[in-house]
Amino acid sequence: MAAGEGPGEAVPCVTLAVSVPGTPPEPGDASAARQDSAPCEGSSAPGETTPGRGDGPAPKPDSAVVRDALGVGIAVGLSGFAFGVTSAGSGLTLLQTCALSLFVFTGASQFALVGAIAAGGNPLAAAAGAFFLGVRNAFYGLRLSQLLALPRFVRPFAAHWVIDETTAVALAQPTRRSVRIGFTLTGLTLYVLWNLTTLLGALGAEALGDTEAWGLDAAGPAVFLALLAPMLRTATERAAAGLAVLLGLGFLPVLPAGVPVLVAALAAPAVLWLKGRAIGDHAGRTTRTQRKEQDR
Amino acid sequence: MSIWIAIAATAVGCYLVKLVGLLVPAHTLERPLVQRLAALLPVALLAALTAQQTFSTGQSLVVDARATGLGAAALALLLRAPFLVIVGAAVAVTAGVRALGG
Repeated sequence: MAAGEGPGEAVPCVTLAVSVPGTPPEPGDASAARQDSAPCEGSSAPGETTPGRGDGPAPKPDSAVVRDALGVGIAVGLSGFAFGVTSAGSGLTLLQTCALSLFVFTGASQFALVGAIAAGGNPLAAAAGAFFLGVRNAFYGLRLSQLLALPRFVRPFAAHWVIDETTAVALAQPTRRSVRIGFTLTGLTLYVLWNLTTLLGALGAEALGDTEAWGLDAAGPAVFLALLAPMLRTATERAAAGLAVLLGLGFLPVLPAGVPVLVAALAAPAVLWLKGRAIGDHAGRTTRTQRKEQDR
Repeated sequence: MSIWIAIAATAVGCYLVKLVGLLVPAHTLERPLVQRLAALLPVALLAALTAQQTFSTGQSLVVDARATGLGAAALALLLRAPFLVIVGAAVAVTAGVRALGG
């Protein structure tokens, strides 16, 4: 989903330290404990964030959770307007635009799909790009399933709302009750508003006529930039982003539309592989040096 | 018709990855390499998409009013502006430059 305050992975990481101790120790729930193993650089030691472990978690008033949820839901829900306008400007019909918000409901993928279609891409290549952007939601779901502890038959319904914003709000809550309220209310607010504003945006774009004269073709890339910026925390992310830009632009004139972005996605495994090799080399050198010293 | 196929494929694919996260046992996706790749994949895709949708028309590379608009969005980001302001700045500046004949 398109989100400014949406999390890079940074938000869940920061909030994890708070939410883990807060998770009510329900009988037979071993999964909550697994959260401790989540990678979280720079988080404080668990002991520091558990005032009164054993007294149970400090409950958060429901009204505060509702405020969190509505704040995020409304701010981001309104940006569906930008999607509606962009989608209509890309040549999709009103029905197609609304179907995307109703059934895809994850903003970055939606913007990517209409952008690829506007560029005249093969529909399956366009869908592949949108799909790969949606893969991160699986990892949100993994964390949420531990915190929400939903009965199995509810999960297929909850799954549609597993996105950046619902995850950010849910992970920031101290107790299971507030996690559930936060997730549900953020999901509901965002789903209703995002779809309403998509409809209004698409209708508005038809009324505006030439969306390019209004600069609305800049909305899509601006959304991507706003989503990307908080993720560029370390040299690894910046290297992947830089390489992806080179690959994406470099192959654009020579490969069919929609394919260059898939090639650019290879920047992620490529940078991880190079980083792994660099670390491996370093380790190798260190071992050799140590051996030399031992020989002496 | 082909647009509907793309929409259906995206909807089904995106729903299934959301559902997988809620259904699979926790340890399945907890391998460090899988986690790192999952975190880095959106970075690469978003960077490439930002660049392409700013600097291309069809299959040719261009620099036009959108580049100025993205510059405005980047400035708004640095000033920690809210999401809607960032997008609004890009749209307004792009429209402004076009109106001036850029």
